[in-house]
Amino acid sequence: MAYTEEHAPRTRGPGKIELALEVNGAVHELFVEPRRTLLDALRVNLGLTGTKQVCGQGNCGACTVHIDGEPVYSCLQLAVECEGRAITTIEGLRQGGMLHPLQQAFVEHDALQCGFCTSGQIMAAVALLERIPKPTEADVIGGLSGNLCRCGAYRGIVRAVLAAAEKLQS
Amino acid sequence: MLVPKLFKTKVEIEGRILEQYALVEGDELPPWDADEELGIVGYPTARVDGAERVSGDARYTADVRLPGMVYTAFVTCPHPHANILRLDVGAARGLPGVLGILTRQEVAAQVKDGSASELGGVVALRYGDELRYAGEIVAVVAANDPDVAEDAATLIAVEYEVLPHVTALEAAVKPDAPLIHPSGNIFNGAPLVTERGDCVAGFAAADVVVEQTYRTAGQSHSCLEPHGSIAYWEGDTLTLYESTQHVFGVRNIIADWLDLPQSQVRAICQYIGGGFGSKAEPDVTTLYAALLARQIRRPVQVVYTRRIEQIAGGHRSAAVMTIKLGAKRDGTLTAVEIHGLTDLGAYGAWLPDLDLPALLLYRCPNARAETTGVYTNTGTFAAFRAPGFVEGTFAIESAMDELAAALGMDPLALRRKNIPDHHQLSSKAFSNYPIEVCYAQGAQRIGWKDRAKKATVPSSAVLGSSPQRFRRGIGMANQIWGGGGGPPAYATVELNSDGTVTLRTGTQDIGTGTKTILTQVCAEELGLPLAAVRTLLGDTGAAPYAPISGGSMTVASMAPAVRAAARNARQQLLDVAAQLFDTTADTLEIHGGVIYQAAAPLASVRELMQKLGDAMISGTGSRGPNPDDARIVTSGAQFAEVEVDTLTGRVRVLRVVAAHDCGRIMNPLTFRSQIEGGIIQGIGYALTERRVIDHRLGQPLNANLGDYQLPTIADVPEIDVLRIDIPDLVANPTGAKGAGEPPIIPTAAAIANAVADAIGVRIRELPITPEKVLTALRSGTGTGRQEQ
Repeated sequence: MAYTEEHAPRTRGPGKIELALEVNGAVHELFVEPRRTLLDALRVNLGLTGTKQVCGQGNCGACTVHIDGEPVYSCLQLAVECEGRAITTIEGLRQGGMLHPLQQAFVEHDALQCGFCTSGQIMAAVALLERIPKPTEADVIGGLSGNLCRCGAYRGIVRAVLAAAEKLQS
Repeated sequence: MLVPKLFKTKVEIEGRILEQYALVEGDELPPWDADEELGIVGYPTARVDGAERVSGDARYTADVRLPGMVYTAFVTCPHPHANILRLDVGAARGLPGVLGILTRQEVAAQVKDGSASELGGVVALRYGDELRYAGEIVAVVAANDPDVAEDAATLIAVEYEVLPHVTALEAAVKPDAPLIHPSGNIFNGAPLVTERGDCVAGFAAADVVVEQTYRTAGQSHSCLEPHGSIAYWEGDTLTLYESTQHVFGVRNIIADWLDLPQSQVRAICQYIGGGFGSKAEPDVTTLYAALLARQIRRPVQVVYTRRIEQIAGGHRSAAVMTIKLGAKRDGTLTAVEIHGLTDLGAYGAWLPDLDLPALLLYRCPNARAETTGVYTNTGTFAAFRAPGFVEGTFAIESAMDELAAALGMDPLALRRKNIPDHHQLSSKAFSNYPIEVCYAQGAQRIGWKDRAKKATVPSSAVLGSSPQRFRRGIGMANQIWGGGGGPPAYATVELNSDGTVTLRTGTQDIGTGTKTILTQVCAEELGLPLAAVRTLLGDTGAAPYAPISGGSMTVASMAPAVRAAARNARQQLLDVAAQLFDTTADTLEIHGGVIYQAAAPLASVRELMQKLGDAMISGTGSRGPNPDDARIVTSGAQFAEVEVDTLTGRVRVLRVVAAHDCGRIMNPLTFRSQIEGGIIQGIGYALTERRVIDHRLGQPLNANLGDYQLPTIADVPEIDVLRIDIPDLVANPTGAKGAGEPPIIPTAAAIANAVADAIGVRIRELPITPEKVLTALRSGTGTGRQEQ
């Protein structure tokens, strides 16, 4: 996220402040302290639990969401920084009630095991395909290198992303 | 009328043998032999809960939201060893939003004294005034917001008496080491000794003897979902959402600890973000949640932070193993000896089986093992995917390669010379042991016989010189494990009035795909399409008992029970159809949801059930006994190709070929994922993962996911998963055995052997870091030390 004048932080707090967040196309009014992370705002304030808390330090990628289409670790964003921006979470990926082709590909190619990293993997992959619609395997590996998977579903993930890319192109 | 028969049978869990009762109704299941024409089982099947997991719909423990639920934060001990002198919660209580505080002493006072669980230790020991590792939990604060809870935790004042500590394994075993427990630092006070034959005579008869010491590091499970619990009380009934591998274990153990009837406790876990053995039992989060919820009469969520998860969430114990092998000139082993030392952490309550690979993998009449468990002032170890066997296999398989080198023999030929023909500890026959098939197929796929024979080049000549900079090598290792499962395990199959089926089980799907496999089994046995069956699991309130999802036992335990229940339901359905169509049940069959008489369709199952209205057909089934005269084993071999950068010391795994006998492969899609996943964890164990403690300060240094280095997507090699797929019908009538643990066992050993093949120097310590590689290349001896 480029730091520009229009995004310069205003002085806010201490104590709770009013905040409007646009998530998956809907605007929500929150009342939170400035220290509230975007991740906690999503999970605790808005009940959107599809985005997972794993490390809280930006080491694992499980909390990946989109801010204005860019993949971002939501545990490293303050909710107050996100006012006026379009946030997309895993819950916002369905298109007309149907799974996004990437979600579908993850199921078909068994790109998951326990599923806990899956939201973050998919959000990172969607952003990758926006940026590089015809990725090579190296592109996929580079684009997802910020998402850990302890179960080791990585090979399925690569298969799924490449398959989805092909499907989206056709 | 079916009269249940009672059997007593042996069930092996994580190397330990338990005697269990099997209560079996009805006839034995006809086995699915190798010729069986199956239409659903054995085919690649996408996970039936895939849509839930990829959409964010799946509710893991910390995702559950209950009205009035409160959040918690922890106070942890900063010292590696200390007594609590004073604990002052006054300031914390006064913070607006704080609803309750619970200290460890208050927990101890509310837990039934002397309680113990099957795998765990005495509860009271872990909740007293003495703290035994930095990061151990002292108190928990509950508040209406997670940030308020965090603030309140910082206001709790604790005064400690700091005690001497010891965190290093080899220091803790010394007689003058600070005492972790009053009874000393040695588990059970003495080593565990297992022996057969006469090793003294065996070594005397050997033409060649090799003896080496191997070291492995602590490996953190690092489950992405931390341990966590949500508890709420309705009257005197307790409901627990728990991140667990065993919902019935949680129910029964918590009922025991809190002196509650089992019928008043319910445990639920339908999705869990990784366990790998660390979530076998209820423990800290469960007790704090249950007791706080009872105290404040609100639902309470207690979830480990990442730091606490890495410290206290369990880990594979670090080990030091000395292996001595004696052999004849032709490679026949005459004696096998292993001395192992293993770090149990502060409260380890059992000994991982470091010794069993050495005692089981090779035919040898003379063998001796001595295993010593040592306490240290660090987080307690927990079972981690084949506990003891990964460490022990690294040691024995490295030693076998060193013996092969001493004999001038091909390492694979040496293995083939010593294949065991029975289980040497129980003296029983193997249920099936096609290791030669695994060797043959794996060796062929990797190109074993063509691996380059390198002249011995002095190491210093290799360093930095360009054409020699990257050295490649191939290594192999084999493994043995249990994975036969057993009773008790039950299932219920209900046919609904619209012809769909609800399969009720009390089991878990910890990411392995068991939910999908059981759905396949049920549909197959009933004769219905897969989509007609929905499986319920993970809720003690909704299904009968199922064992832990650990020890590679879920499919082997549950699939026969599901088959039995489905068969029972199918029989009832055909009996009803026979009555309605005025014929006998033995003339009828069900395929694809339609009831046939000879080739003629009579009615669909749906039509039949609709005719019955609300009358229900319900089949029950249970897991039968294990064979008395055989030991159920899984086995396999992995072949790894690595490339070593002799300038930087970095090892890259290029390819792993895996040939594993796990009986019938029920779902090739999820089977492949299991094998790949185990191998990737094995690569982490081999090359990058290591719990680091500053021994002087007694402090963990890498209790996070940045400094503790898990494999990333960029670290994954080509992986060839070979389909051995031989139904093991001695094991159980489905022919399936476990596939969870076999694939992690030989990987590090195969990689270590490949590195030795590449650079001509043996590294005997994991993880094989660039530093160790460079030290080995410079010194040419590969005996680099790291503090354990």
